[in-house]
Amino acid sequence: MHISPVLWQFLVKWLHASALFPSEASTIAPYTDALYFFLLLITLIGVVLVGALVFGFSIRYRAARNPVATQVEGSTLLEATWTIIPLALFLVTFVWGALLYFRIYTPPTNSMNIYIVGKQWMWKAEHPGGQHEINALHVPIGRPVQLTMISQDVFHSFSIPDFRVKREVIPGRYSTVWFEATDAGTYHIFCTQYCGTAHSAMIGDIVAMSPEDYESWTKQSTSGMSLAQNGERLFASMGCNSCHSGNAAARGPNLAGVYGSKLQLANGSQVLVNDAYLRDAILNPSQHVTAGYAPIMPTYQGQVSEDGLIDLVEYIKTLDNNYRVQQTLTTSQSDKVAPTTPGMVKP
Amino acid sequence: MSGTTSTIVNLPDQRTATMPKRDYLNNEHGLLSWLFTGDHKRIAILYLISITFFFFLGGIFAGLIRLELLTPQPDLVASDTYNKLFSLHGIIMIFLFLVPSVPATLGNFLIPIMIGAKDLAFPKINLLSWYLFMTGGVLTLTALVTGGVDTGWTFTTPLSTHYLNTNVVTAATGIFIAGFASIFTGLNFIVTIHRMRAPGMTWFRMPLFVWANYAASILMVLGTPVLAISLVLVALERTLGLGVFDPTKGGDPLLFQHLFWFYSHPAVYIMILPGMGVISEVISTFSRKRIFGYTAVAFSSVAIALFGFFVWEHHMFIMGVSNYSALVFSLLTMLVAVPSAIKIFNWAFTLQKGSITFETPMLYAFAFIGLFTIGGMTGVFLGALGMDIHLTETYFIVAHFHYVMVGGMLMAFLGGIHFWWPKMFGRMYPESLSKLSAVTSFIGFNLTFMPQFVLGYLGMPRRYHAYPPEFQVLNVLSTAGATVLGVGFLLPVLYLGWSLKYGAIAGNNPWQATGLEWQIQSPPLTENFTEIPIVTQDAYDYEWLANKTEHEVTTVG
Repeated sequence: MHISPVLWQFLVKWLHASALFPSEASTIAPYTDALYFFLLLITLIGVVLVGALVFGFSIRYRAARNPVATQVEGSTLLEATWTIIPLALFLVTFVWGALLYFRIYTPPTNSMNIYIVGKQWMWKAEHPGGQHEINALHVPIGRPVQLTMISQDVFHSFSIPDFRVKREVIPGRYSTVWFEATDAGTYHIFCTQYCGTAHSAMIGDIVAMSPEDYESWTKQSTSGMSLAQNGERLFASMGCNSCHSGNAAARGPNLAGVYGSKLQLANGSQVLVNDAYLRDAILNPSQHVTAGYAPIMPTYQGQVSEDGLIDLVEYIKTLDNNYRVQQTLTTSQSDKVAPTTPGMVKP
Repeated sequence: MSGTTSTIVNLPDQRTATMPKRDYLNNEHGLLSWLFTGDHKRIAILYLISITFFFFLGGIFAGLIRLELLTPQPDLVASDTYNKLFSLHGIIMIFLFLVPSVPATLGNFLIPIMIGAKDLAFPKINLLSWYLFMTGGVLTLTALVTGGVDTGWTFTTPLSTHYLNTNVVTAATGIFIAGFASIFTGLNFIVTIHRMRAPGMTWFRMPLFVWANYAASILMVLGTPVLAISLVLVALERTLGLGVFDPTKGGDPLLFQHLFWFYSHPAVYIMILPGMGVISEVISTFSRKRIFGYTAVAFSSVAIALFGFFVWEHHMFIMGVSNYSALVFSLLTMLVAVPSAIKIFNWAFTLQKGSITFETPMLYAFAFIGLFTIGGMTGVFLGALGMDIHLTETYFIVAHFHYVMVGGMLMAFLGGIHFWWPKMFGRMYPESLSKLSAVTSFIGFNLTFMPQFVLGYLGMPRRYHAYPPEFQVLNVLSTAGATVLGVGFLLPVLYLGWSLKYGAIAGNNPWQATGLEWQIQSPPLTENFTEIPIVTQDAYDYEWLANKTEHEVTTVG
């Protein structure tokens, strides 16, 4: 038998790349693959069983061999068998799948957070330390990383096949996903939700690095301003600090330490203050009035970009006292130079 | 084909056989007699011609998609063109081919005859539904020739409402109108099956094809209006800036997906259930045996229709829905898989102790069973929450629904067309050529879509115009398979067309089948029955058929 050399090279290359399964590069991947192999196994058993029945009966009862059919009504016992056994297998699959789902969508509390903003047609990654990337994401291995993601326009979906994680990136709403990379290397990022013309160009590389490499990358790549510092500047320039000054008599509630707390709202409900709540409260304040305050805050819908909102959220997260707020307040009202971090650009 | 044991085909003596003098085809002449007909059989033929046209149009788009994906680079068409190709492929195949395929052609033709009625309950509404379907089709074609549409068949907001400059409203209007065709067909079937059964035709004497179409009709009537509403909202949001789905106006973009999938998940059962009905008829006929567990098969259709309404959120597991609602929908998805498994095993056990022959419809039925088993099992992968995260929005899902829709539904449709062809036109198709085309389709199909499962697990996203080079080998395999598949689908058009004039004269009952449709002349009279039959036998009662045949011989002789 003669195989064309081109085809042979194709095959060799393909087998070398082990093209039937993606590499297992995160802590989640082995769990997903285990369920996949279980499902492949029951599929195989199912197909072989059905195939054996169909072919077996076709040969045994073909008209040439069995010219007269014997009429049979059915069998309750058999009906019960093929109701209960598939049902049991499907229920096992359900429980297994649910456990995996909760594992993938429940980030560990000690995970580091990176923001992802999706837009037609690129991925922007915003590290809290002020590293900004486009269509690339550098992460350390051996450390859980949580992505807080939002879309600026249409639905996108952030997928890392080698990590077996994926989550929809939704306009106007934060969604999160987490992973812990195990092997250093470069892996694909795909946008898997159709998002318009250049959907298939909305791809990128995720670079998993050893902690040391990651450390040096972080140092080299920082823009000099952390997200919180950007947020602080925005907080002052948009005048947020004039109401949210932290004074007891201020018109807006004190924001120090508010992140992660339970907040009593004017409409009587109680909410947990998280990233999503802060973002909504900035864009749609009339729906999120803290108890004891007048609904006087104007909406910032359309005035601040998703990146800006992330900066503000990061800033509010870091506020544990009002010292900086007071400082920016004085700074913005006077002409004195504020004591800034090195490299900070004055607003 | 030698001897009488390897085939049940029983044709009249070709030297003396003639076509009936009067039948529904030659009862009236001229184009207008077709365009204004109220005859369910003629409307079925109108539908058959129209959906065949749309099938090949959608097929051309599929071919262009596969051709583009032969290479990793975006080199055959521009990105926008590619997006339009897969959008129109989906829209045409789903709304203009799969949804009407079996119900509007075979269902229209056969349901009244199978239950012993002279027509559907509302013949004029039946004709109206074909006109609505054609209006929808023409609007979709208008959208196509005036620049296309690139929303994908899912019309996802806010992409469809704010970010695209193509003919979204025209295409949505087309689907909206075609939706009413589907509602009217469903309504007609439900009323007909309830009110017009012949004396003695009790619910549990009905052929399973009628049960399956009844279940699908319920889905059409209850589900399609929701699709209509969501498309209207998309059109209003696009033209007037309504804001129901726009987050900057306080709307919820996920709401659209809830509404859309509330129809579009049951829609896959609208597409597959009538196909399952075909398989029941074919398997029984070619194994000369009553369907094993008739009631289980009948009720499993109803169970699929019921559960089918409560699983839509499994299309949205990764979309930030509540984890606990995801649990409920995953569990329900597992439950809906059970009735399908029941059907498969009942069909397999119908073969046991049968007297099996392997004519073309039976080959298609076997292809259906194999491919639908794979399609159904891979659906369980996607219903399992954690597994879905990795697999959804990849080629795995593309392969899965093509296994169900093409491997399942289209094989069932082709099987049904071959099975009832002699009844519809009074002539046989050429047997060996049709067997060849069935086998070709089966091989081509697996070659096309099996590699896509692997691609999906590797992570290749769906709707990608360009892809990383390491995925090329599998894509080349898939494209090669699509070529074979194309041949497999083209052949029937040619030889079925040929057979209209040159096929052997079939006689009333070439398969010696038990259904009422086989007890009348082929092609049938316009009024179907010269006298309304009185039904005393169960469906698939081959002993009754044997007695009847004997009796006929003695009276004639």
